Amino acid sequence: MSCRVGVVRFPGTNCEFDTVDAIRSLDGEAEVLWHGEPSLKNVDAIVIPGGFAHGDYLRCGAIAKFSPIMESINSFAKAGGPVLGICNGFQVLTEAELLPGALQKNAGMKFLCSMQQIEFVSTSNVLGRQAQAGDRLLIPINHFEGNYVCSPQVLNQLEEENRIVFRYTDNPNGSMADIAGICNTEGNVVGMMPHPERATSPLLGSTDGTTLIKSLLIT
Amino acid sequence: MSPAPEDASVHRALGLSDDEYQRIHELLDRHPNHLELAMYSVMWSEHCSYKSSKIHLKRLPTEAPWVLVGPGENAGVIDVGDDIAIAIRIESHNHPSAIEPYQGAATGVGGILRDIFTMGARPIAVMDPLRFGPLDDPRSRWIAEGVVSGVSGYGNSVGVPTVGGEIVFDETYKGNPLVNVLAMGVLPSERLVLGQASGIGNLAVLLGASTGRDGIGGVSVLASAGFDESSEDADKRPSVQVGDPFEEKRLLEACLELLDEGLVTGIQDLGGAGITCATSETASRGGAGMDVDVTAIHAREENMEPVELMTSESQERMLAIVEPKDLTRVIEISSRWEIEASVIGRVTGNGQLRVLNGFDGEVLASLPASTLHDDAPEYDRPLAPPSNLTERRSKDASQGSADCVNDLLNLLRDPAWVYSQYDHQLFLNTVVGPGNDGTLLRLRNPRTGEETGRGIALSTDGNHRWCHVDPRQGTAMIVAEAVMNIACVGAYPLAVVNCLNFGNPEHPEVMWQLSEAVDGMTEACVAFNAPVVGGNVSLYNETNAVDIAPTPVVGVIGMHPSLSVPPPVIGLPSDASLLLLGQVPEANVSMAGTQWAWEVGGCKDGTLPTFDLAQAVRTATFVADAVQNQRLVAVHDVGEGGLAVAAAEMAIDSGVGAQINYHSDHIAMFNESGGRVLAVVQDELLDAFMTDASEHEVPVREIGRTGGSSLNFGSEITIPLNDLEHACRNELPEALGRGTISA
Repeated sequence: MSCRVGVVRFPGTNCEFDTVDAIRSLDGEAEVLWHGEPSLKNVDAIVIPGGFAHGDYLRCGAIAKFSPIMESINSFAKAGGPVLGICNGFQVLTEAELLPGALQKNAGMKFLCSMQQIEFVSTSNVLGRQAQAGDRLLIPINHFEGNYVCSPQVLNQLEEENRIVFRYTDNPNGSMADIAGICNTEGNVVGMMPHPERATSPLLGSTDGTTLIKSLLIT
Repeated sequence: MSPAPEDASVHRALGLSDDEYQRIHELLDRHPNHLELAMYSVMWSEHCSYKSSKIHLKRLPTEAPWVLVGPGENAGVIDVGDDIAIAIRIESHNHPSAIEPYQGAATGVGGILRDIFTMGARPIAVMDPLRFGPLDDPRSRWIAEGVVSGVSGYGNSVGVPTVGGEIVFDETYKGNPLVNVLAMGVLPSERLVLGQASGIGNLAVLLGASTGRDGIGGVSVLASAGFDESSEDADKRPSVQVGDPFEEKRLLEACLELLDEGLVTGIQDLGGAGITCATSETASRGGAGMDVDVTAIHAREENMEPVELMTSESQERMLAIVEPKDLTRVIEISSRWEIEASVIGRVTGNGQLRVLNGFDGEVLASLPASTLHDDAPEYDRPLAPPSNLTERRSKDASQGSADCVNDLLNLLRDPAWVYSQYDHQLFLNTVVGPGNDGTLLRLRNPRTGEETGRGIALSTDGNHRWCHVDPRQGTAMIVAEAVMNIACVGAYPLAVVNCLNFGNPEHPEVMWQLSEAVDGMTEACVAFNAPVVGGNVSLYNETNAVDIAPTPVVGVIGMHPSLSVPPPVIGLPSDASLLLLGQVPEANVSMAGTQWAWEVGGCKDGTLPTFDLAQAVRTATFVADAVQNQRLVAVHDVGEGGLAVAAAEMAIDSGVGAQINYHSDHIAMFNESGGRVLAVVQDELLDAFMTDASEHEVPVREIGRTGGSSLNFGSEITIPLNDLEHACRNELPEALGRGTISA
């Protein structure tokens, strides 16, 4: 049986259908989940996709964490369910404290949309099952607030516990320790700024996102 | 109703002439009251009524079997097969962006997106052709930076990718930048809706943002007059609207759901002239009337006057015509998307647009809805070529110091600083994005998301230098250039939209430019069999009574019939033949209108090189065929800056140089003779390619070999790739990184 993924839609989310398309193109099942309804409809994994949930007003992800679905996602994550936050989804996960740290404005103070090379650092998480540490992937970024920051203690902890999932090989946004993605202690919750769903077809310039989505679908 | 104004200063302050006031008097058979006068003033403004340009626009070709909706609706719509239709439109937001760059550009994006989803289409692409004053002018840099941020801030957040455009800097736009925005959407053909109100008793529901005091008189005060030192331009700032992309995103999703469920009989966006325009347009298109209750309008502030409510240009609003039985469901969907919905009007059968203080209350205004549109004045303004045209055309634009290496470095500019700030990949359609000749998007079924195996190509082009020298031929050449751009990604033209940016129509020379441009566009559109399906006219682009150089901008949309592999790159794959295809320039070809002549030689006049439109059609078709058949490994249109700039861009993108055995003087390197492309063909395919080209009557000249780490012209000119790359990539970040601090 193929994996059923719930893709969360807040008002202002805009990558939900791209994410659904990418999952379906890799033979997964996908369903859009409305932020206002707490039910996760028995899905096997959750993706919080990119966009501007609630307009990113106040602060990216700051309002989204209060949506009814977030309580269910919190319980799902605590129970070990796979949760991937992409871009705005990563921001939501940090606001919801499912992942540590925060994402502030890019060092250049500009929005950045470009193809970026990232390197797998840790594969001990739901995205790394088909990868080896050191693998390099071409995956686009698309954000204004992608500059990862955390306290020195948290950074130490992330490094010691092998929870840095990806680093940029050419840091575009000023992220601390070149961080492009991290996971929680158990490895079932991952947040990343690059968009794997945008790297799933040779016509789009890269297929490197497919290994990540396929790994999520193995659950 | 309140008493009639006696004082002529009232209508003049609203932008109406004495003759126009007289005409209103005749139409109503009485003096209009102040509210009525304000409604006429916005609807009869240049911006809304096209009163100066309509007489010329009628000459444009607008029909083809695949055109579903032509000019005059919110957007043009074409049939692209598989029961899929495409809505497309281009608009200007020049004057608001001059005053308030971020919001001017942001609301330009918002406005045009509403034009697209009004037709039932989901917007999937934005293009932004932008023109600013010179980079060494601090104010122009401030405007450029603000406009790019505005497009980025609004477009990214509302969730529509910005997939291409142009960025041009020139003295002519110093006081008056041009911010044009094109938007395109896809829809299942059967969902096509028009902005009509019909069915007596149906309800007009105002959806979206509350109505505030922003943007009052935007179309009449701001868009239909030029800038000068005597007027306090800063005082016009309240006439610029303020955008909220999150409101627009929710409004967009809600409207598409309403349309999907078949809950609206007509829908219209609120743009220029606000509720006055939306109610009168829907009513007059549907041959109906409408009663509008101003007290039902959800307002942002208390104590707003009826005239403010009726003419406010507050953003992110739509007017839906709904049958009473569907109202509950409409409100349900609206509240799920957290947007307000108010019943502000009722469709009537008497043809009158009545503004009421409560549906059963006092009549504040009553006028025949159609008079706001159909009876708007239409002017055949005097036109005349410039008195010194003969002298201007006799000038030789090839004179001036020519240090070809330095000149080339100065003419290079990489627009990546701009487009890297735009989400250009959303919806997973972008096969060829910004920074290339044409943009190429996958065409997918809007209902199922399935790929059709085909692509849609877009290009926007303008060239004020060519059009200054010769508005007629210059405009034909920009259409050809746009078609050539989409040919480079394998597409054939389907339709054209235009944005006609000109100066003050009360100047006979400007009207002559406009008329000539329309004729040139007509010639080219007929030759390429690409009708004009929509457009926008922006006049009064002037500062201190100096008009901008005529700047018609075209957007060409085309079809890539079989998209399975990405088209060839802009590059120079090593060790292959470099070919120049298309019209062979005459000996001693004119440099008039070239970027070199304007920016290096200092001559802005002369006579354009001969342009063979029929040859351009053959060349474009041949190039698109060759891309389809995968016979080219690289290709690039030769446009601004001529052969040398095109070759340099290919070298920079691939990091591979070339030896070009061609004349190495500035005329050969920088002339902009039209209808040419550079292409790279592998040796084993070369003979067949040459034969094929000759059969299709497309001249091909082998001008060099690719390879090496420098770009060489003949034996005299050698430019290391590093120098090219440095000059190209650093110009915008260095200039715009400086912000408003003087250089």
